[in-house]
Order: sequence, then structure tokens, then C-alpha cells
Amino acid sequence: MAQAQKRDEPRSETVFQVRDLSKVYQMGEVQVHALRSVNAELRSGELLVLLGASGSGKSTFLNILGGLDVPTSGNVRYREHDLTKADERKLTRYRRESVGFVFQFYNLIPSLTARENVALVTDISPHPMNTDEALALVGLEARADHFPSQLSGGEQQRVAIARAVAKRPDVLLCDEPTGALDLETGKLVLNVLQQVNSEVGTTTAIITHNAAIAAMGDRVIRMSSGEIVEERSNASRASVDEIEW
Amino acid sequence: MRAINRKLLREIWKHRGQMLSIAALVAVGVMTVLTLRGSYESLALSRDLYYRDARFPQIWAQLKRAPERLRRDIENIPGVAAVETRVTLTATLDMPDLDVPALGRFVSIPDRRTPMLGDIHIKSGRYISARHRTEVLVSDKFAKANRLHFGDTFKAIINGSQRDLAVVGTAISPEHAYPVPPGSIFPEDHRYGIVWMSRTVLASAHDMEGAFNEVVLSLAPGVRHEMVIERLDRLLEPYGGLGAYGRADQPSHLILNNELESNRTMGTVIPAVFLGIAAFLLNLVLGRMISIQRTEIAVLKAFGYSNAEVGGHFFRFAMAAVLAGAAIGVGAGVWLGRAMIDLYGVYFDFPRLRYELSWSLVIVAAGVSMAAAAAGALGAVRRAVSLPPAEAMRPEPPATFRAGLFERLGLGRMLPAAGRMILRNMERQPMRGVVSTIGISFAVAILVIGMFMFDGVAYMMDIQFRVAQREDLALSFSRPVSEKARYDLAHLDGVTRVEPYRVVPVRLRSGHIDKELAITGLEQGSKLRQIVTTGGGRQPLPPEGLMVSEILAGQLGLAAGDGVDVEMLEGKRHTARIPVAGVVEDFVGVAAYMDIDALQRLTGGPRTITGAYLSVDEEERAALNKRLKSLPGVSGVVSPGETLASFEKQMADQLFISVFFILGFSSVIAVAVIYNGARVALSERGRELASLRVLGFTRTEVAVLLLGEQGVTTLAAIPLGWLLGYWMAAGVVAGLQSETYRIPLVVSTTTYFWAAVITIAAALASGWIVRRRLDSMDLVEVLKTRE
Repeated sequence: MAQAQKRDEPRSETVFQVRDLSKVYQMGEVQVHALRSVNAELRSGELLVLLGASGSGKSTFLNILGGLDVPTSGNVRYREHDLTKADERKLTRYRRESVGFVFQFYNLIPSLTARENVALVTDISPHPMNTDEALALVGLEARADHFPSQLSGGEQQRVAIARAVAKRPDVLLCDEPTGALDLETGKLVLNVLQQVNSEVGTTTAIITHNAAIAAMGDRVIRMSSGEIVEERSNASRASVDEIEW
Repeated sequence: MRAINRKLLREIWKHRGQMLSIAALVAVGVMTVLTLRGSYESLALSRDLYYRDARFPQIWAQLKRAPERLRRDIENIPGVAAVETRVTLTATLDMPDLDVPALGRFVSIPDRRTPMLGDIHIKSGRYISARHRTEVLVSDKFAKANRLHFGDTFKAIINGSQRDLAVVGTAISPEHAYPVPPGSIFPEDHRYGIVWMSRTVLASAHDMEGAFNEVVLSLAPGVRHEMVIERLDRLLEPYGGLGAYGRADQPSHLILNNELESNRTMGTVIPAVFLGIAAFLLNLVLGRMISIQRTEIAVLKAFGYSNAEVGGHFFRFAMAAVLAGAAIGVGAGVWLGRAMIDLYGVYFDFPRLRYELSWSLVIVAAGVSMAAAAAGALGAVRRAVSLPPAEAMRPEPPATFRAGLFERLGLGRMLPAAGRMILRNMERQPMRGVVSTIGISFAVAILVIGMFMFDGVAYMMDIQFRVAQREDLALSFSRPVSEKARYDLAHLDGVTRVEPYRVVPVRLRSGHIDKELAITGLEQGSKLRQIVTTGGGRQPLPPEGLMVSEILAGQLGLAAGDGVDVEMLEGKRHTARIPVAGVVEDFVGVAAYMDIDALQRLTGGPRTITGAYLSVDEEERAALNKRLKSLPGVSGVVSPGETLASFEKQMADQLFISVFFILGFSSVIAVAVIYNGARVALSERGRELASLRVLGFTRTEVAVLLLGEQGVTTLAAIPLGWLLGYWMAAGVVAGLQSETYRIPLVVSTTTYFWAAVITIAAALASGWIVRRRLDSMDLVEVLKTRE
């Protein structure tokens, strides 16, 4: 089932349009098909959950959306731009101005404090938030001067979210944001993401292998072996506090 | 401050040990540029100014005696700009505070101060006054060494009669900027001085009224001096001309030039070595930093930092080390350059000798350092930016290992597991090991060439003064005397043996090349003066024919058995063709020896001698010295023993300074290479080593695994460094070949030994620093790190 079959009537404009996207990695002498002819759309302001087991191709998909990787074939449009035709310079500018990333392992710069990690991004974006404002958004204003090694995993991930949203990105891409966290901390982080999505209106895609999380999204895409196997819309988004896993 | 710059500063601080060691390499490179090339430039500049102000001549000629009217003919030689005639002579001086006779080079100056070619520069006191016939100026260094002041007097025997001379001032002259007594190769300030005296007085004392025996010329711009020399020689021939020569053969200029040239060469070679190693280490350290920071780089790029910004970030890291090093290097270089110029001031008498900081040199040195660092950083930075962010996000794949050549040969089983791990690590990255080995071998080589000079010089001096020149005293006479004088000398109290010699100025001609020098006639079976080869073997004096220095044979294209035309530059100046009976490879000067009887047959005329070598009873030496000070007819007394003693003292001082620097230089290299190598290995393998500790390995066992590679590298570098040092020493020896002396290529076992010991000590010290870091490693923390 390569096609997205159901189409809601467009509530809002399309942010991403993905056509026949394939990605083949050469791992030593083996060819790995990470994505096979994927078609999908992402609409402005929505919270999309990408569900799939490890190795299903969801990270590759997200990386290509974020301009971190290039497809082997197929086409990705971000608003009026064709990302697959963009050169390194254009991709850099796209990431700089439009995308916020949150990673499973936070990837904070260990030699910089929480505030400085956020500043790393605000330094180079055209219309950033104030760094303290961004940290306040994730409830960490009191920990601004701590180094990553002085923060818990959940706190580190919240700094990472602050760092991602501080530039006021058009899209927020989160790769297993709770993958390294326990239940309670994970909920805290997801709450922050949901809050940013609803309050700031940032288009958000969250990757997870945890099916329970799917309930918090507007839409859910399930992937397996590099293909989209299911796509559904939730009638209403569940609050994170209602989710149990 | 931008967050990314803050990251830079924190990382610089975190890597400060490594940064410092790389900065030290750059500092040494920059320092040597500023010290050696800087002092070269300063010295060359003050030399040129001095030459210009003093109107340093371009041609010199000595002769027996020519009437002053010949001056007009010399002035009329095409291309000659100015002519100065002089009366010069050599005489023994009786210095009140010196128990041995000193040697004075007397040079006439106009009775009244007028500008002249080869002008003197008065350092203290005043010019002589025409009314007082005893007044003289003496060379500044001689005055200082003998504590002569205005109004002091000393005695000199000029032309057989003793005169009292009064010092009215001290002076320097570019012709005597590096005053070396005849027959020696280095200055002996207390025993040899220049004495400037009124032309009228000196001429009357030396039978030179209305005449001269030395002439100096300057040339019009663009005139070739060979042409003028040829014309001048023809003019002076009837007057006992000894052959004119240009600046290239002027002793003071020659030595100064050699010194400048060697500074210029060393000022290029040493920095190249240091900066090359710095570039390699920057590549190593940055390469490792970048692989540790793979994910950080990916994050920076994910958030929109461009390749240029990410590359620039790591580049600035390299530049920080270079700029710090360059700043230290400039400071140290200027300081050391000043010290070096001060040291030159001790040997070279220049009026305005001071270290001039050349900004262009600073810019070049800093620029070259940055270029070297950039070259080193380039590869690593390129790897950093070429990594696609998605790929960088994934941890680096585990290094692939396989059994290397050594193990495939079946030799691996002979090694314990630890040995095999060390070996496989080295085989996995052979280039790193090779470059580290080459780096450390430079440290060894620098020690070898730093110390070998003293081996060579010590060997040379030993052969020269303990085997070749065995006399206690060498006398020279102011003019040739009858051979019977030897009996008079033998009767002096304390003289136990007399061996007369005769020196005849000649021009040797072979094909179209000719060369002026003196043939020394020695007695057959001479015990005090022997012809010795560089190997220390004695060469018997042939009964007929010439025995010449190898360097002379080379210049004239002669081999044993060839004939050479010998033109006498005294007496009737006839020319004869005589065979070259032998070629001797010697160290000092350009010599031509002959049997004294054969020489007599060649020159004809009455049997004369021009000097004698004496053996002296040590107990009566003081009394004999006193007697010699006032002996008419003796124009010079040289004591090889004292020459050697004063040389050895000078050498000991220099050895101390040199060893200090080469120790520093080589340690900087050895520590930088080994410390950085071990730090990088620790960072790459920390997790592996922590796992081993958890499995029950002791700290020492783990340290062996980590440092074993550096140990193997160091041990491999030592023989390579010896070889490299020997080659470089051969290069230095070839570069220092001159007519004055040839330092032999002798490297003692002691030098090799110390070069190895010092390098190993530097390696152990570096290893110890890293070992402390290893010991304090938090096992749990390291194992938790994701990478």
C-alpha cells in the first residue's frame, strides 16, 4: 500500500508534498532499501505521528524532509521549493530558517550551557525568540546556566526542544524524542511538544515506535520496510496525560 | 559572544595540553626564523651600512715596497674609483699585563684625520696627533682584553728596534671586524690586536719613506674586479706584489659571510621541520576532535550552520594554536635575536650592531605558520564538512581490524594478547605510525646534529694541536734570516729543540686557474710539525715536490703526479714547474708543504729561514717568554697550547648554550608528537581500555596497551633519527667546507647515546602525563558514554 489513500479535504495549505520517494543505502556490499516509493503530505499546523518499528524507514523519511539527507529518487516539495533539486547551500538555508530538529539523544553541545545551546540557534536565525523565552516555554528558565552534564535526560530533551523552537521554525521534526526517557519524563516532553504545536502552531512531525503515542497526533502514518502501510486521521487528539504505555 | 565561539573557547581550554604542545612547535619555528634570519638581516644591514660609511675597499694587495708615485698608475687603471696606500707590518708587542708576547698588526693612518678607504671608527679616545710620534690607536677588543686605556703605554719591536707606544684611543675597522691572528682560525683578542699609527712614523720605522707596501682600491659601479686585479698584479709585479684579491678572499669579510650564510640556511631549514611537524599534529588532533564531535557537527548542520561556518569553527581551533605559538615565537625570537646579536658583538666589531625587528619577517613567519596549520587542518576539516548530517548523526562504525602482515606470517602467536592489540592498532593506521616515527626521528636528528658539531670540532682540534702542531712555540721573523739563527735560538735558556721553517709566497698556476699562497718548507724528519691527514695518520714529507691540501688540489684540479707552475713572489720571481708529490686531506687552512732543502733549490739564493718551531722546557717557559718579548727580529710568537686552551674554553661556553637550545628544541618535538599521539589514542580507545579495567586488568596493564604504540614508535624513531642526523650532519659539514677550516664528519657514540637517552626521557615524561589521566579515568562514566 504505497499510496496514501484517504485524503481529507484540505483544511489548510500543504507544507510538504512527497512523491515516489526512494532511498537506497549502500552498506558495504549490501544495498539497503530504506524507502520504497513513498507518497505523503504534511499540512500546515498539523501534528503528524510517524509510527514504525526500528528499521522501517521513518528516520530516513524525516531526515529527507529536514534536508539532512537526499533521496535516491522521487521528489519532495516544501511549500514552493523542490528540496530534491536544492543544492547544499539552499538546503543549509532551508534548515537554518525553516526547520527545528529534536533528536532521540538530545545532541546538546556538551561544552555549552542550556542557554548557550539555545543561543547557538538563535545566533543564526532571522526572527528568533529570546533564549530565555524559549527556555521558559519548556519550563527550564531556572536551569539556563547548567551544562548538559548537570541536567537530567528529560531536562536535556526539553533544552533540545527549546533549541529547536527558538528560531520559530515553520516545521518541527522530532526523531524518537522520548526514546531515551522513562514514562513520566517522556510525557513531560510530549506535553511540551503538543503545547508548542497548539500554541505556536508549528507544523510538527514526531517519529516513534510506540503505538500509544499515535493518539496525540492529528494524523498517523505507519511505516514498515520502507513503505507506508497505514495512514489515518484521529477524530480528536488525545491529551498526553491520557496516554498510557 | 556567539554561542559557537564560546564553544570554541571552551574546547580550546579543554584541549589546552595538546594546544600548548602544538603552539610550542609553532613557537620554535617562528622563533628560529626571527632569531636566525632576523639576526642575519640585522647583521647584513649593519654590515652594509658599516661598509658604506667606512668605504670598505673592494680590492687589497700586499707587496714588498713600491714608491708612492706608483699610486698615480694605479689610479689610472680603468674602473678604479679610489686608491689608498698604506704601510703595514706585523710585530711582537710587549704588553705589561701579558706574560707572553702579543702580536700586533700595524696599519698606517694619515697624520691628520682625513676620510679614507677602509676608514676607522673611533670608539673611545681621540685620533693621533702628528706632533707626538708615539701615539697609536688600538683595536677596541684588544684594548678591552688587555685593559688598555687612554695614556697607557706598551712596547713594540718594529724593524728590530724597541719602541714605546702610547694609546690615545680605541678604534674598529671593517677590515678587522673579525680579527684572526695569522695561522689561527678564531679570534684571540688578548694576544692579537690592530695598531693604527701615523704613516710618517711607521714609514720611517719600516724603511718605507715615500713608499708603501699595501694598497686598497674601490671600484666604479659595475666594474668587474677580476680585470682590475689582473692589471694591478701586473703593475705591482716589479715591486714584489703578492697578488691582489677581492672581498671574497678578505679574511674578515669571508668569515662574516660564512656566518651570515649559515644563519640564513638554518633560519629556513629549522622552521620548516618544526612547522611540518606542527601541521601533522594539527591534522591528527583535529581529525580526532572531529570524529568525537561527529554528532555535534551534524547538529550544527541540522540547525542550519553552513559548511563554511562548521569548517571555520575547526579552522579557528587550529589558528588559535598557531597564533598563540606565533606570538610566543615572535617574543622569544626577538629576545633571542637580541642575545644572538649581542653574542655577535663579542666576535664582530661593528659600530651600530643591534637587532632590528623586521615586521616583514614577522608577517612571513606567521603567514607560513598559518599556512602550515591550514594545510594540516585542511584534510580533517574537509572530512568534517563533507559528512552528510544524517550520516554524521549515526555513531561512527566500529573500526575494522584484521590480522596484519606480521600475524599472517605466523609471527603473531609469539606475541601476548597485549602485543597483538598494539600491533593491530598500528597496522590499522600505518600512516599515522609512520609520520609519528618520522616526527620523533627529527627530535633525535636535531640532537645528533646539535652535538656532532662539537665532536667534529673537538676531533679537529685534537688532531691539529696534539698531532700536527706539536711545538710549544712558533716564532716568525720579520724578514728572512740566515739559517744560522737556529743556533742562536737553541742557545736561549729553556729551548730544548729548534726546527727552522721557511715560508715563501708563491702563485700556483694550473691551466687557467691560479692561486696565491705560501709554500712552507719543513725539515725532513720534523718532529714538531707534522703533516697529518683527517684520519690522524702522518704523511711523510716527500724529498722532492709539493704536498698540498686536498681543498687546494680540488681548486686547482690537481692530483698526485701532476705538475704545477710555481711563480715565486719574492726575489727574482722566476717560475718553475714542480710535481705534486702528494695530496693531504687536512682540516685547517690551505697548505702547500715542501722539503726545506728542495724549496731552497727552487728559490736559489742564500739559505734562509723565516721562522722556527721550538720545544720548550716548561719550567723555564716564563723566562723565555719574557726574553722573546724583546728579541729583535722576531715579529710573532704563537703558542699552540694556549690557542687550544682558549679555544676549548670558548667551545665549552658555546656547548653549554647550544645543548640548552637543542635539548629544548628536540624535547618540544618529542613531547608534542608522543603526547598528542597518546592523547588521541586515549580518546579513541578510552572505552575499550575502561572495559578492560572492568574485566580486571590492572592500571599498568592498561597503560601498556595505550602507551605501547608510542613506545614502539619512539624505539623505531631512534635508529632512523641517528641515520637522519648523520645525513644532516654530512650536509652541514659539506656546507661548512671553507678554506679556513673543514669540520670533519665525526659523530661520536656519546652523541648517539645521548640523543637516544634524551628522546626516551621526553617520551617517558609525555607517557607519564597521559598515564595520570588514564589512572584517573572514571570507569562507569566512560562506559556510559554513548560513543
